[in-house]
Amino acid sequence: MSDVILSIRGLAKNYELSGALARRKEVVHAVENVNLEIREGETLGIVGESGCGKSTLGRMIVRLEQPTAGEILFEGHDLAKEPKKKLRALRKRFQMIFQDPYAALNPRRQIGQIVEEPLRVHGVGKEERRAIAKDLLKRVGLDEGAYEKYPHEFSGGQRQRVVIARALALNPRLVVADEPVSALDVSIQAQVLNLFKDLQKELNLTYVFIAHDLGVVRHVSDRIAVMYLGKVVELAEADVLYESPAHPYSQALLSANPRMGADDKRERIILKGDIPNPINRPSGCAFNPRCPKAADICRTESPELMTIGTRQVACHFPTL
Amino acid sequence: MSLKENSEAIFSESPGKIALRTLRKDKRSVISLSILGFIIAISLLAPVYAHFIAHTNPFNSSLDATTHVGGKVVPVLEASTTGLGLGVTPIGPTWNPTGYFLGADGQGRDVMARLLYGGRNTLLIGASAGIICIVLALLIGVIAGYRKGWIDSILSRLLDVIWAFPVYLLAISLSVVLLTSGLKLGFIHVGPGSFALPILIIGIVYIPYVARPIRAQVLSLREREFVRAAVGIGAKDSTIIFREILPNIIPSVLVFVPIIIALCMLTESALSFLSIGVQPPQASWGTIINDGLALLYTRPWVGIAPGLFIVLTAASLNLYGDAVRDALDPKTRSRGDA
Repeated sequence: MSDVILSIRGLAKNYELSGALARRKEVVHAVENVNLEIREGETLGIVGESGCGKSTLGRMIVRLEQPTAGEILFEGHDLAKEPKKKLRALRKRFQMIFQDPYAALNPRRQIGQIVEEPLRVHGVGKEERRAIAKDLLKRVGLDEGAYEKYPHEFSGGQRQRVVIARALALNPRLVVADEPVSALDVSIQAQVLNLFKDLQKELNLTYVFIAHDLGVVRHVSDRIAVMYLGKVVELAEADVLYESPAHPYSQALLSANPRMGADDKRERIILKGDIPNPINRPSGCAFNPRCPKAADICRTESPELMTIGTRQVACHFPTL
Repeated sequence: MSLKENSEAIFSESPGKIALRTLRKDKRSVISLSILGFIIAISLLAPVYAHFIAHTNPFNSSLDATTHVGGKVVPVLEASTTGLGLGVTPIGPTWNPTGYFLGADGQGRDVMARLLYGGRNTLLIGASAGIICIVLALLIGVIAGYRKGWIDSILSRLLDVIWAFPVYLLAISLSVVLLTSGLKLGFIHVGPGSFALPILIIGIVYIPYVARPIRAQVLSLREREFVRAAVGIGAKDSTIIFREILPNIIPSVLVFVPIIIALCMLTESALSFLSIGVQPPQASWGTIINDGLALLYTRPWVGIAPGLFIVLTAASLNLYGDAVRDALDPKTRSRGDA
């Protein structure tokens, strides 16, 4: 397998909730002790229910969020500890694509200005900027007239193309996409996903692709990490994970994904209860209150992520 | 029109241009701007009127002046004939623009000339105070909202201190103190009679009313994804403020401009009416109403005329403010013509 370009070690993010009237400080463990390696040119999918910390993880990778603990090693720098000023210069190597293309574009600026902005910030000359921006717009499938238009003149899918163009303007190696198609119509989703794939091939990009739609993730990902309550519970090749999920949570998640055709013989696993409150995590394995396989050990001991064959699972009783 | 120009007229209008076009079509803005333009123009022409047309000095009292009415020479001030016969009754409106059009006040000064001069002062103070207020409020609101943390806490508490007092109570107490002594702040020296005092006082008392909504808007804007995207591309704070946040704040600031100027103007008139604003012999609409108070039964126009000007100006500023708001925010537009 190819080189690792980003490696995350022990990454955690806590939010402290402290109101004036709170008797004691409550801490939300949004992300806990995440270890991941992202390889050059691959797409790592991250899935999980809402509130499982996948977006926080994504934002920490591009340092839009300051991690509470841990390391983010990228091109010889620990992004978690890099000072603000140095970080600004490094930012051209990694970019983020946002979920809501309606919020991600400044409504008061022309598309051309928006796509040129990263170049302007990093000191590229005016003529060159314009040329790069026009080329990018063409590349993401917008016609040249888009340059002078305003965001309100575009549909969601077109806006997401602009967002992609902006993210690619600085020629990054790593792109973190946080649910980039979930705000789009289903008919548009496929077009944008294909654009992601095409650009990856052309520009040798590495993606971290965050989504809650399992069909979408499967379509684009090489490897997939399943998150539950701030932790990675399973990490495997996309096909392996979809064919034989080892963690009970992955199994439940995948069984919830509707499939076409009559050959679907899998039984639907319906999870009891809600995702627990991250302030008050269950003891032992965080999944134990909802897990069909939970035993005594699950309530006392938290399973570590163990490597089994090509996959990693955090479960006392993985299905293999 | 060439084809290219034509297509540009249909597509690719900036939100600002769209608002401007809507505003230009709005009858309210046309009416209010005409009234405002008229009042500003005649106020600016005050010296012409006083010196070349009416031939009176608006500031000096002229107790023994005379004027021509219907070919006869009449004194401007006559001994009072009502009540105990104390004091004087000034000449009433002649309705003749060449002198004492609206009559004279208790000191024999031409009310029309004073009204126009007073308009200059009221408009000058109102507009300057309004602009100072909005500039300072924008500065405070953007810094507090963008930096958050302790800077925000300090600035917000400062605003709360101003906010805690009723506007007029604060303006009156500041004026009473500062008008007698003037203001000495380091190397800044403002004399007791200077216009700078009412301008500063009025400008400052309205700051919280503008700064708070701006701060709230900045707080929400900085969490928007396009601002995060700007952080993500490595933009500096100053770049983010000027290129991402300010362009989205400006529309709401523009809505505030006419309304705050109207409020400042009203406050100036109120302070001057209480004789703690513009100091004699200078005039302002407020001081003229004060002059007219004593003559309300015999010569009501002295008080009514400046009152009418105040109402007209404030009403058209508010009407214009409404038109600006509707043009900038299509969601609140009451009529569906765009």
